[in-house]
Amino acid sequence: MKRDPVHVDVDALRVRSLNAHQLLRGADMEGANQPAHLKDTELERYVQERVLTTTLDKTVAWARSNSFFPLAFGLACCAMEQFHTAGSRMDIARFGFEAFRASPRQADLIILAGRVSIKMAPIIRRLYDQMLEPKWAISMGACCSSMGVFNNYALVPADKFMPIDVHVPGCPPRPEGLMHGILKLRKMVQDDPDMGWRDRYDARGTEEVLDPAQMEAQAAREEAEHEALAPAAAQAPPEETTAARASGGESAGA
Amino acid sequence: MLDATGLELIAQELRDAEGEGAVVGTTFFRERGTVEIDPAHVRSVLARLRERGYAFLASVHGVDYHPHEPRLGVHYELLDMSRVDRITVVLRVPTDAPEVDSVTPDIPAEQPGGPDRGWPTADHQEREIYDMFGVVFRGHRDLRRILMPEDYEGHPQRRDFPVGGEPVAFTFNERDALGPM
Repeated sequence: MKRDPVHVDVDALRVRSLNAHQLLRGADMEGANQPAHLKDTELERYVQERVLTTTLDKTVAWARSNSFFPLAFGLACCAMEQFHTAGSRMDIARFGFEAFRASPRQADLIILAGRVSIKMAPIIRRLYDQMLEPKWAISMGACCSSMGVFNNYALVPADKFMPIDVHVPGCPPRPEGLMHGILKLRKMVQDDPDMGWRDRYDARGTEEVLDPAQMEAQAAREEAEHEALAPAAAQAPPEETTAARASGGESAGA
Repeated sequence: MLDATGLELIAQELRDAEGEGAVVGTTFFRERGTVEIDPAHVRSVLARLRERGYAFLASVHGVDYHPHEPRLGVHYELLDMSRVDRITVVLRVPTDAPEVDSVTPDIPAEQPGGPDRGWPTADHQEREIYDMFGVVFRGHRDLRRILMPEDYEGHPQRRDFPVGGEPVAFTFNERDALGPM
């Protein structure tokens, strides 16, 4: 059904808004207004007014692509430019990517900001493997993508050992460049994130998950540690804290 | 400041104390004095220079003099903090027997130059020279690679080491560079 976009019936909008209020209260589900009692055309209108239909994949991709959690992780000088994307001038928070996570378990985007040495490569791959699905990777700068000026014994390009979704060229790329790369990634995620890279690098199902027995053992260990620490914490005299406060106040006053 | 005459005096002093063969030669270039010594005397020479006031080992580094023989060199940069005076001690070792005493351990009283404490600062620097140039430091407490992976083969800063580098995977050659997939 095609609607005239120019004509807006204010009264109808008002009625619909009131209906929405009633819907929130559950009032219109009673009596004659129950959907089961509606005629065909009324039912159609009822559904159109209340339900937005789309494919679930699109909605999920839209949500994911607008809130990457990057891993707080820098390798070399590119990391300085990476920090600036979070600063006030570039302000990565405009797009919802500002929540840099300190743990790969909580991150879904790893930005390789700098050169990757042969010694570091297995560690980076393990960080990537530890990240939970869905996850993406950006290779930032010339060194990480093609080893830049360091094409020698020391470095290895990131494509050698893990799937990279977006390469950002530059030496180093400006924060705008990285931002552009992240927005490219956003577009990729919105359209179709699967380009076959992950299978190529055998990078699916690589999260290191403890089996239940190990998890129980670890929980027991932590509990024992907690109990060992608890009496010491309980016995800590409150005088110390007040004394510390008093001295802090003095120094602040001086 | 050390001048050419002072350098010769130090060299002669070392010769008198260590024997005629201990000092191979001296160089004075751009206000910097260098004493080249026989590798066997490195610990005692550094101990004697410490007694003269050069008490701070500012740097230890390696050099490959390829194609000159003996190829590998180890440089010890010593600094006298009170007079702000520097001297460089150089020794050369061949690649087929690249061995020299480590300066990290203490020198006991019965050895020449002793008793003297070692130079703990040389610990990581000797490991780096071992890693990059393959010079083996006898008596080092933990001589293993410091920069390259443990299982790396070869010593990459030697001048006959291939420049190498990984093949870069661009779109046109990704199958060659990354291997069959």
